[in-house]
Amino acid sequence: MSHTQEGRQTPVLHLENVTRVHGHGAAEVQALRGVDLKVHPGEFVAVMGPSGSGKSTLLTLAGGLDTPSGGQVLIEGVSLGELNRKKLAQVRRRSVGYVFQDYNLIPALTAAENISLPRELDGLSARAARREALAALEELGIPELADRFPDDMSGGQQQRVAIARALIGDRRLVLADEPTGALDSTTGEAVLAVLRARCDAGAAAMMVTHEARHAAWADRVVFLRDGRMVDESVSQDAASLLVSAATNSMKVDE
Amino acid sequence: MSIRHGLLALLDQGPRYGYQLRTEFEARTGATWPLNVGQVYTTLSRLERDGLVEPAGEDEDGHQFYAVTDAGRTELRAWFDTPVPRTSPPRDELAIKLAMAVTVPGVDVSAVVQGQRRHSIKALQDYTRLKGRALAGESRPGVVPSASNDLAWLLVLDQLIFQTEAEIRWLDHCETRLAQQAETLQAEALQARTAETARDARTAPAKRGRRLRA
Repeated sequence: MSHTQEGRQTPVLHLENVTRVHGHGAAEVQALRGVDLKVHPGEFVAVMGPSGSGKSTLLTLAGGLDTPSGGQVLIEGVSLGELNRKKLAQVRRRSVGYVFQDYNLIPALTAAENISLPRELDGLSARAARREALAALEELGIPELADRFPDDMSGGQQQRVAIARALIGDRRLVLADEPTGALDSTTGEAVLAVLRARCDAGAAAMMVTHEARHAAWADRVVFLRDGRMVDESVSQDAASLLVSAATNSMKVDE
Repeated sequence: MSIRHGLLALLDQGPRYGYQLRTEFEARTGATWPLNVGQVYTTLSRLERDGLVEPAGEDEDGHQFYAVTDAGRTELRAWFDTPVPRTSPPRDELAIKLAMAVTVPGVDVSAVVQGQRRHSIKALQDYTRLKGRALAGESRPGVVPSASNDLAWLLVLDQLIFQTEAEIRWLDHCETRLAQQAETLQAEALQARTAETARDARTAPAKRGRRLRA
């Protein structure tokens, strides 16, 4: 069930020779030095690399939260650089779900209100938006948090609310920055299983993480070093896996 | 890895014959450590020799059943009650390879590290995919579904996942250490050059030839 469908469909996300330079002159930092990356429908991509390798820059560019110094970012074939502010905001709201590392929940809104806000901005009725929010909370196993405020939640709970907000509606692209950082290992696993299921249902996702165990939920793991993609690991069908894993066959006891 | 105790644990749940033991062992461990029937019979005859199991008749198809003895049960309890020894760590090919790589001139150690990391992440992806299926309750070919078999399989998968993750974290760490060492060496070389330049400046031009060589 590999979803690498190179060339067949328009990628949901396409980074085309993207560079990003911060600062000027002596203080100039090349955060990204020409990255090409396509994420197709149904594909889950994890980005790994040491601190300062450009992982987070890549994600903010993909989400239209930052503008590349060179190259272009396309979401469903549309170059973000060619959109006016209003159109860009619309793409970010409708097509892209973004999970921030520090959650970015609005303190004055309840969990359900935080989650339904982008849908209401899109013209959905408050009632329908709430229904979607409750379904998203259910999917993440936290329906009881619907009417709680962010300040009354643990970090792990806030993180799951932030993920629910990114998944609501027909988001074609989910971008996540260390989405399981505040979660214990089984809860983190459940969240990754939700992301995985979304991709199996046709969405595309890109997740930045430094945890190999989390990256392993992805179809492709790309490695960044000094702003360049240096390598990638593509998962194939696991059917024959155990045969190859079993090279360490057992010795008969004496 | 002890097949011996694995078989005792299965026989503790009632008499079984060789092929059945193999199937049940693999249902729990997902054939991660495949057993051939020959290994099962060899182990059974050693267990019988040591008085830990005894023959328990045949069925109409001629399958020879074995049952655990009291001594076998005692042995099994002792196995569960004793930690798996960590005193002599198993030889790890990767650790040996890296230990050699840093000492052999001309080996690109970072390439060795990255090559291994890609390979290990791929294994981790594959294990994780198997786990996703197990969590979703998908049945495995040739395995009779049962809650305890599925739980056993999940635990084995988790162990493979955590072990592979540990290896990758160690590789990350190796890479950082290598980078630090390269920086230190560079700084030392720079310092040595600077010191030499300063010395040359005092004694110039007599030592100019040496400086050019450096």
